[in-house]
Amino acid sequence: METLNYRFEHGSRALTAQPQVVGVVGSGNLEVLIEAAELDGACSIEIQTAAVGFGAIWQAVMHDFQQRWQLANARISINDMGATPAVVSLRMDQAVQTMLGDAA
Amino acid sequence: MSRPVSYQEATARERLQQLFDADSFEEFLPPSARVISPHLGQLNAPVAFDDGVAVGRARLNGQTVYTAAQEGGFMGGAVGEVHGAKLVGLLRRAVQDQACAVVLLVESGGVRLHEANAGLIAVSEVMRALLDARAAGVPVIVLVGGANGAFGGMGIVARCANVVIMSEEGRLAMSGPEVIETASGVEEFDARDRALVWRTTGGKHRYLMGDCHSIVADDIAAFRAAAAQAIATLAGQSAALSLSALEAEQQMLEQRLQQFGQLRDPVEIWSTMQIPDAANIPMLDVESFIATASKRRMGA
Repeated sequence: METLNYRFEHGSRALTAQPQVVGVVGSGNLEVLIEAAELDGACSIEIQTAAVGFGAIWQAVMHDFQQRWQLANARISINDMGATPAVVSLRMDQAVQTMLGDAA
Repeated sequence: MSRPVSYQEATARERLQQLFDADSFEEFLPPSARVISPHLGQLNAPVAFDDGVAVGRARLNGQTVYTAAQEGGFMGGAVGEVHGAKLVGLLRRAVQDQACAVVLLVESGGVRLHEANAGLIAVSEVMRALLDARAAGVPVIVLVGGANGAFGGMGIVARCANVVIMSEEGRLAMSGPEVIETASGVEEFDARDRALVWRTTGGKHRYLMGDCHSIVADDIAAFRAAAAQAIATLAGQSAALSLSALEAEQQMLEQRLQQFGQLRDPVEIWSTMQIPDAANIPMLDVESFIATASKRRMGA
């Protein structure tokens, strides 16, 4: 297992709703827990992944995610079992869309 | 009529959302509480924030029931220490609050072997809590329709319940196909023969053998209707397991062993039971199957 942490400052989109979890920790899949948290406008992401040594790819996927959503005061926690980058991106979008509903 | 939604293909949380009244599920210990397995991390294995089971209460046609859904996608729904403790806590809470019923959405291979004794103890505690709930007058209904079926310790838990509702796709047994093949050889049971596996452990055989009380199509709405009907039927009865019920069960099992113990395949059993066109049973849709089977099944 490997733990990765990312933090993106100065987001603009606030989350107010209840925490949401999407996805399942199964082979090639992941779960994404998204919560509102007081983080000085930042979005923090903590990843526990079974696939060790892919930090550079996670960095790129997380950067793209934050470019798309610009989340502020959001805490995202991920349990990953070897999902591909495309699956990770889709799950993370699903998490935000589930939380924001029509506002997404 | 709306389009059927597959129970088998849904996740545990999707089942909870669609089986009960819209947005009525209220979760105890949600993923954000992060009550995770204390064992998997030590083994360098991935964890889930809900340890593979969601527990809480929800409404079914306006009536509050307590419920749990196991997620087969996470380690085959296997029961670890925390997972089992959540089920036990739910059953105890249902007794405390005198719930009208507990509905368990079982999908599990049994004990989570990574957690060894802690998992074994957890499953036995679930059995005890389930029987305590029944003794306290709270009926328990089990739904089995997930791809992982209900095996091992959770197969036993399912059969401790008042009512078991299955789809044909659901499976219910003690040892799984691979376990039987490994222990007794491929001549005894070929785990790769999927038709054989479903003939032996699937909903239709369980219904014919009297191990489940109703069989429904692989449709969440059908499970919902069957669960609601079971709750209504159980409302006027004692939920407790009685000595006479246990003795009747024992008698049924002895009769089964005597009548079918030498037979090699479920089709031979169905033929012995005088089921018309027994070889064609796996091909029938659920309505035709019930029409053929309901009067001739064991315990009918």
